[in-house]
Amino acid sequence: MKDEPPRRVAVTSPRTRAVRRPPGRQTLRALHEQDVVGELLIRSLMRAQLLLGLRIALVFGSLLGGLPLLFALVPAARDTQVLGLDLPWLLLGLLVYPALVAGGWLYVRLAERNERDFVDLVERP
Amino acid sequence: MNASYDIAAVAVVVLLTLGIGSYGLRLARTTSDFLVASRTVSPLWNASAISGEYLSAASFLGIAGLVFAYGADMLWYPVGFVAGYLVLLLLVAAPLRRSGAYTVPDFAEARLGSPAVRRLASLLVVAIGWLYLVPQLQGAGITLRAATGAPVEVGAVLVAVVVSVNVAGGGMRSATFVQAFQYWLKLTAITVPALFLLLVWQGQGAPDLTGPGAPVFRQSTSVELDSPVVVDVRTPVTVDGDGGPRRLEAGRQELAPGTLVFPAGAEVPHVSRIDASSGSSWASPLSGAGGIEHPLYATYALVLATFLGTMGLPHVLVRFYTNPDGRTARRTTLVVLGLLGAFYLVPTVYGALGRLYAPELLLTGRTDTVVLALPSAMIGGVGGALLEALLVAGAFAAFLSTSSGLLVSTAGVLVQDVLRGTVRDFRRAAVAAAALPLLIALLASSLPIGQVVGLAFAMAASTFCPLLVLGIWWRRLTPPGAAAGLVVGGGLSAVAVLATLAGLADRGWPAALLAQPAAWTVPAAFAVMVGVSLATPSRVPADVGRTMLLLHAPESLGLHRPP
Repeated sequence: MKDEPPRRVAVTSPRTRAVRRPPGRQTLRALHEQDVVGELLIRSLMRAQLLLGLRIALVFGSLLGGLPLLFALVPAARDTQVLGLDLPWLLLGLLVYPALVAGGWLYVRLAERNERDFVDLVERP
Repeated sequence: MNASYDIAAVAVVVLLTLGIGSYGLRLARTTSDFLVASRTVSPLWNASAISGEYLSAASFLGIAGLVFAYGADMLWYPVGFVAGYLVLLLLVAAPLRRSGAYTVPDFAEARLGSPAVRRLASLLVVAIGWLYLVPQLQGAGITLRAATGAPVEVGAVLVAVVVSVNVAGGGMRSATFVQAFQYWLKLTAITVPALFLLLVWQGQGAPDLTGPGAPVFRQSTSVELDSPVVVDVRTPVTVDGDGGPRRLEAGRQELAPGTLVFPAGAEVPHVSRIDASSGSSWASPLSGAGGIEHPLYATYALVLATFLGTMGLPHVLVRFYTNPDGRTARRTTLVVLGLLGAFYLVPTVYGALGRLYAPELLLTGRTDTVVLALPSAMIGGVGGALLEALLVAGAFAAFLSTSSGLLVSTAGVLVQDVLRGTVRDFRRAAVAAAALPLLIALLASSLPIGQVVGLAFAMAASTFCPLLVLGIWWRRLTPPGAAAGLVVGGGLSAVAVLATLAGLADRGWPAALLAQPAAWTVPAAFAVMVGVSLATPSRVPADVGRTMLLLHAPESLGLHRPP
């Protein structure tokens, strides 16, 4: 049911003898067979992705999660006027949405970079 | 005249939904048609469909109603509805797509290889789906009542019938573009009237919302009551009634059905469920405006429920399957964040303007219809009627799209896992899956729509969030651990939901803990799932390494292809 991705073609100089072996075969096989190397590789990818996700979650968790605490501890913050709006309304009604999109954008970029690094590592001859 | 526009709007949306549904049915006959077609869908198109299905009665009507009655703390609802997608993106989106699972029960079985956990997850999908369907049907009822004066049962039955006919016919399943269209319809329907209303408000010199007084009738207002209402009168007032002038003394009063005319400047007596609060307390977070108990706790519990619950909603997960791969799943989620963020800027406007222009809803208690009431209250005439019809159309789009998504997921699970052997036919399951929520919607007390949806989020956060997050990132999760966590999280949150729906506690800590249960049910579910898994190390699935590889390795390596 899945589409076949386009066949990978190695474009190399015919003078190099090393190209006889398709790049990354062994590492890919290590992943497939889940030997020690394969296990280590996938664990390192998982750790990188989980840390990335948790870091961004932590940033947003403390920024957003800190707001109710800020309003509780600093009552003045509840009705400070900024740009003609009460601070809570400006933050929670308006600014939070572009901030969430920005966080998502950053994550997508970095997560894709982690995956590219992983693919490069696996396919390196 | 007013009602005829609204009825036309409802008819157009219903016919379009049924029409495009049957058209889509002819285009795509099999599941594989649906899947193959979806591979040509771009992230923007797919994200529109996800957002279209996600924006429910709670988003279109409920948020404005909650902000209207309870003020600044309710801003966390829309924030949480969007932030839930960020959490989903960070922890779940790509691996879940790579798991190839279509529903949470599929994921549970693929990850843990346990039919028992699968069945448990299926029961929870049905429970959450039903809990989420009830307010959609109630929303349809009150919308039709507000627009045409029809009894609430009419709208609820109408949506239940349309959706089950459509789903039983297979219409909605194939039509990504119906849902995508619904998003843009809803965005237009809520934004255009809001712009006009803001212009009118500006034109009147932008009257203050945050003053020291409680809401008042700005002009002499005639309030129609079609059922008895218990209200709290704070300042005695003389009203004109059916039987001549009548004085309402301070204190709790039961008002009989009929017409009451309040003089201009009179303070609005509030329905007993909502405490009257000044503009400044309404605008301020953590003030307990409207009678919210323990607002700081309630805020954190709501944040937890919405941030963690989104990933576990039955109709959200299914849509992710239409992404071709994990990378696209991430990009689609990012677009969803943008689309939802744009929508959720708007409902607050209605909630705020309602304090000035539709305060009588605080007396009748029909706060969820504040969105629909404003155009005729502020603009009137043909213009107001047309804007109201646009809002009614958007609201019905919301009921239909979310209910369809929920019904497809619930009926699918019912057929496959729960009623195995007794009901084999998807059509009959679809009708059965719609019948029970309809019954509850007709019988249950009318809690605010947004709050009931919040309970569904809390239940999802207490069950599927731990299952998905631990399942994706923690190798030592075992079937007994997962099952125990689902039972504890699902059981505790179900108790809280039933107690809240039955109105068992309405003051103090019990009310706060039961109305927003996520703060204690989510940690309990995580703790049990981890604890029992650690105690049953021998039950870690043997193929966990292979599963983790498939969940996390990019598709481009070719590991996901069948050998």
